[in-house]
Amino acid sequence: MKRYSAFAIAREGFRAHKGWDRAWTAPEPRKNYDVIIVGAGGHGLATAYYLGRNFGITNVAILEKGWLGGGNTGRNTTIIRSNYLQDPSAAIYEKARSLYETLSQDLNYNVMFSPRGLIMLAQTHHEVRGYQRTAHANKLQGVDTEWISPTRVKELCPIIELKGPRYPVLGGLYQERGGTARHDAVAWGYARACSAMGMDIIQNCEVTGIRTEAGRVRGVSTTKGEIDCQKLGIVVAGHSGVLAQMAGFRLPIESVALQALVSEPIKPCMDVVVMANTVHGYMSQSDKGEMVIGGGADGFNNYTQRGSFHHIEETVRSLIETFPMVSRLKMLRQWGGIVDMTGDRSPILSKTPVDNIFINCGWGTGGFKAIPGSGWGFAELMATGESALCEAFSLDRFRAGRFIDESVAAGVAH
Amino acid sequence: MSYRHNDSGRLIDRSQTLTFTFDGKTFTGHPGDTLASALLAGDRMLVGRSFKYHRPRGIVASGVEEPNALVNMGHGNRMEPNQRATTTELFDGLTAVSQNRWPTLDSDIGAMNAAIARFLPAGFYYKTFLWPRAFWKNVYEPFIRQSAGLGRAPTEADPDSYEHFHVHTDVLVVGGGVAGLAAAKAAAATGLKVLVLEQTHYWGGRTPVDGGKIDGMPAQEWIDATVAELEAMRNVTLRTRTMGAGVYDHGYALGYERLTDHAPDAEGPRHRLWRIRARQIVTATGAIERPLAFAGNDVPGVMLASAMRDYLVNWGVVPGQRIVVATNNDDGYRTAIVLKKAGLDVLRILDAREAGGGALMQEARDLGLRIDCGRGIGKVSGGKRVKKVQICVTTGTGGAMEALDCDAVAMAGGWSPVVHLWSHCGGKLVWDDAQAHFRPDPAKAPTGADGLPFVTTAGSASGPMALGSVLQDGAAAGTRAAKAAGGKGRAPKVPVAEDVEEAAMLPVWQMPARAEYRLKSKSWLDFQNDVKVSDVELAAREGFESVEHTKRYTTLGMATDQGKLSNINGLAVLAGALQKPIPQVGTTTFRPPYTPISIGAIGGSARGDIFQPVRMTPMHAWHDVHGADWEPVGQWRRPYAYPQQGEKVEEAVQREVTNTRDNVGLLDASTLGKILVRGPDAGRFLDMLYTNMMSTLKVGRCRYGLMCSENGFLIDDGVVARVGEDAWLCHTTTGGADRIHAHMEEWLQTEWWDWKVHVANLTEQYAQIAVVGPKARQLLESLGGMDLSAETLPFMAWADGELGGIGVRVYRISFSGELSFEIAVRAGQGLALWEKLVEAGKAFGVMPYGTEALHIMRAEKGFIMIGDETDGTVIPQDLGLDWAISKKKTDYLGKRAQERSHMTDPTRWKLVGLETEDGSVLPDGAYAVGRGKNANGQLVTQGRVTSSYHSPTLGRGIAMGLVLHGPDRMGEVLEFPGTDDKVYRAKIVNPVFFDPEGAKQNV
Repeated sequence: MKRYSAFAIAREGFRAHKGWDRAWTAPEPRKNYDVIIVGAGGHGLATAYYLGRNFGITNVAILEKGWLGGGNTGRNTTIIRSNYLQDPSAAIYEKARSLYETLSQDLNYNVMFSPRGLIMLAQTHHEVRGYQRTAHANKLQGVDTEWISPTRVKELCPIIELKGPRYPVLGGLYQERGGTARHDAVAWGYARACSAMGMDIIQNCEVTGIRTEAGRVRGVSTTKGEIDCQKLGIVVAGHSGVLAQMAGFRLPIESVALQALVSEPIKPCMDVVVMANTVHGYMSQSDKGEMVIGGGADGFNNYTQRGSFHHIEETVRSLIETFPMVSRLKMLRQWGGIVDMTGDRSPILSKTPVDNIFINCGWGTGGFKAIPGSGWGFAELMATGESALCEAFSLDRFRAGRFIDESVAAGVAH
Repeated sequence: MSYRHNDSGRLIDRSQTLTFTFDGKTFTGHPGDTLASALLAGDRMLVGRSFKYHRPRGIVASGVEEPNALVNMGHGNRMEPNQRATTTELFDGLTAVSQNRWPTLDSDIGAMNAAIARFLPAGFYYKTFLWPRAFWKNVYEPFIRQSAGLGRAPTEADPDSYEHFHVHTDVLVVGGGVAGLAAAKAAAATGLKVLVLEQTHYWGGRTPVDGGKIDGMPAQEWIDATVAELEAMRNVTLRTRTMGAGVYDHGYALGYERLTDHAPDAEGPRHRLWRIRARQIVTATGAIERPLAFAGNDVPGVMLASAMRDYLVNWGVVPGQRIVVATNNDDGYRTAIVLKKAGLDVLRILDAREAGGGALMQEARDLGLRIDCGRGIGKVSGGKRVKKVQICVTTGTGGAMEALDCDAVAMAGGWSPVVHLWSHCGGKLVWDDAQAHFRPDPAKAPTGADGLPFVTTAGSASGPMALGSVLQDGAAAGTRAAKAAGGKGRAPKVPVAEDVEEAAMLPVWQMPARAEYRLKSKSWLDFQNDVKVSDVELAAREGFESVEHTKRYTTLGMATDQGKLSNINGLAVLAGALQKPIPQVGTTTFRPPYTPISIGAIGGSARGDIFQPVRMTPMHAWHDVHGADWEPVGQWRRPYAYPQQGEKVEEAVQREVTNTRDNVGLLDASTLGKILVRGPDAGRFLDMLYTNMMSTLKVGRCRYGLMCSENGFLIDDGVVARVGEDAWLCHTTTGGADRIHAHMEEWLQTEWWDWKVHVANLTEQYAQIAVVGPKARQLLESLGGMDLSAETLPFMAWADGELGGIGVRVYRISFSGELSFEIAVRAGQGLALWEKLVEAGKAFGVMPYGTEALHIMRAEKGFIMIGDETDGTVIPQDLGLDWAISKKKTDYLGKRAQERSHMTDPTRWKLVGLETEDGSVLPDGAYAVGRGKNANGQLVTQGRVTSSYHSPTLGRGIAMGLVLHGPDRMGEVLEFPGTDDKVYRAKIVNPVFFDPEGAKQNV
């Protein structure tokens, strides 16, 4: 892998950029791999990367039905934070956030992690109490957050309207090292690093069946033929239930469309990320200048990756109250992504009823921020059979009733 | 120079002059002008700067596809960024300022990016800015952010208003060109309701510019006649300035009407969003011309051939005096002919095709125009204005054969149907080799819930570009849509036009075909985002083979025009680089809206005070007058406390508690949910909903009940009163009323649909007043009307009667540990009763109290509060509420869940009281630390504070909390680290702090 640097760009600038290699190779699948990961999204690629980096397992194939990074990795609103309430969530999201801090350097690929600060607004007394509780919990979890006053909120985000009228801002939970990253670059950076370790990323290769023998995985059937493996990781947000069915088990998951939109680009006016959960809207400004706006999830299950207009309307309406200036901006584009929702809105990183099949899914509306931590923990689980980061997120928690419910603080969207 | 030519200009009214400014300089124009045409008339060719290299940019198109001419319009709170000059109708006093430049448009410091463009290819930022690590956020990124973005951000609230229209129609026709009109006419003939939307302010689309005769008359005459005919039909609605913005599932479509953008002084809403339900949608959205990718195709003065024709015919404006036309199809000749006939100097027509064109070429030749076949543009020179064109062989490497001095270039690269609306909801495309474009595949239309197509395309949006076939296709689409929508009757005669025979076009994706990097790196595909042919080829070389990867890596098609000019050219270049057929590369996804729509319009009229209107109890105004400090609770506002003159809120709370405990207090409890459950199976239903037994409750009695989710978690609590043999009234929490009502309905509608039960949410039908305190009975008795003695109305009983002449229902229940009566009256009499109580209560020291006093009094008594002690993870057993869980029932919602291993785990945290050693108040939400750290390095916890108050009754801080083995650890001291870095120590105590025997309430 040729290293990226300012020097390399300068060199290529003088020779028509002819010398750049492929960022990742495009191999045909081999007959057999130690590990197959289904799904070349952020989580799948990160899992493969840490399998190689932390455990030396590089005989790995990552199979992708479409184009890598084309699911929710390339459709989300790129927010990164770890100010979660429950211990297991805070652990994995903080692991992810801390890995994001150095990810560009680790991957030699600029993923543009920008710890620009993130505020979760409290707009009811109930939310104030919820976030103060979270601040207490974060302190013991080693997550750096603080409760800030409305005045400080306004300093950090001058375009905000504090006075309401409907829901005045009463303060906020601030994570200074929360922020955003360039979502596609996260997938591409991991893909390039995986490819450089000799792993095979096979795009346009849909898994059509999973072969097992005596309760143990043998391999997968794909549109590019039969491929054998020792271990199989299923990391296919939005279609997890479909793959689980192929392997012969069921998941406590529903799939719904989550909405997002961007405005036309404007000059910088908002440095921080703001989430307003009472009114269900959140917003940040991308480096291109677009206001990136997250909406709600549709109230019905589907797989269409588009979703309805009605949620956009609600989201926008609440943002106009919180950021009155957005009214004169224009919506450039709206889209949807299919998210896996579990009963407790927390992910599943787990062994499955089939030996050597592992599943990573259920990130709901908040998977992007978790990518490095999820990959780190899931790789550990796949390589060693155990992972402290993943333990609480096992499938059997639903049977035991050991939920990890984050909505408790304030009905927070992840 | 560009200027207003002669007396042509079919859309402008030369008798009136309008004045406007651009970058502070005054210009003039006429009614009917767009900002773009008026700027061109004033010789303002340079109007913007590109996004990345800050290249000087001119107007390239005449409609929604314009990528360059974006301006800031207006000022103050009406400033709006990124207004497209080509779709902005001119008005007197318009002020526009150019964007993305500093200090001025003509000398922009950011243009130095262009000088180092060779080091800034697609995606360069992924490869650098890596070190030092802190520099990304603090140095590189801020610099990139400042130079990116386009228009200025508004800073103030928007003073304009917006509204929504909700419309049902049988057939929606999007597009008022000749195809749309023909479709509307055909559909309307069946008598169905037809709605036609046109984005501009005139009908007929571009046909009057392109010319031709329809049914033997000039196109404009046919258009006028058809519009008049449609206008006269009662089943037809026509709307101009209304764009079809998006198509969604189930025949849902969005229209975006710009009401006052062209007349800012007009009254009324600025934009109107049409939310349309249509049985069938006809998209007659026309086609957009493609640019040609040659070096320097972005220099101001290079324009789409069709746009140049539009400016001349519609607005009488020409972009230059010495013009070169480059084309790969016959349509380019139309521009040359129009220009020539207007007396302009068309220096040369460069036709990429060796064999040239058909009849139109002949016509041009007959007009004396010089035509070079097999020739194209090697390079356009010029900085802020076209100066020179180098002519080359189309198939060559770009070696110049000849150079022409000129000041404008028209480029005609062929036409692509506008397929956006077709594609929004899943309509598929098919590649048309002959015309080198993607067109809708009629066999793969978007389908509705019945599996049948609900979108059909009409006219050039379907693929055909010649007038006759456009009309035919339009009429057929209208007939087809009407039939699918259930229309009957004969279709009207199809309008006919004679078409000029056109020769085949030649796809040209890079001009010349074998251009070197030097030229490719100056051949623009996406003008706004600065994506060139070389960038797409770089992406392909680096493995970004999927069209979505190329788009995201190069930002092709991601600008405010969403690739209307660039997409087809870009993916053709990608296909070439990958040596794949174009259809195999495919397109990126078309997303709504078709062009950007204002966020204000999406929000509609629900803003400010009517954004989530406040729900008010009948006593709301009284509270306001009497100084209530409001707290939002659900959709309501409730008085948090009633501070008196000079009193702090916290002081008021303490006073209210003390007064209620000593004398008597009034609480407006009207917001508490009141849900009537009635029917032969009501008792059975409630036994399933509540953990305890409700069916055995006697008429006239009340019982406290708990409701759990199917996962076993406590979701609501409240007092249930049996109000009749088959009727129960369930009280819920304020925030829970709507949720619990829905919860009940869900179970009744999906699981127990055969049970004979009705539920009705009566929350707003009754006002409810809690009269609380040792003097409560005396106060009520002073009103007179009913017997409220402990014998007649014991604790947990209710009775109907009259107080002070008002019909009431009195519940003897208590959430404070005091003697307490909750009095329900019809909502209309709530205020009257409240005022009577205040008046009569003076003798007893009555005072109203708010939610915080309520909370403190319940905490003093150790009563749990939903949302404080519960958070969706707590089961009743955690809270010591086992007494409220029936042991006799075989089932209730949550019972099975509560038997799961984690729910019966003895290490679950349980409810206790907590007291600091020094009487101070524990921080709310604090956690008690245990020993050591867990496997993830987090400090181990063993409990948390769920509620914490200063109790005026006890004169000290009291708290409730959930603690590991709590009830077995009375007297133990726990440590709670605060966020203020202090450690708070608190002792575990019984959660009932006050009057544990209940002596005060049972009197």
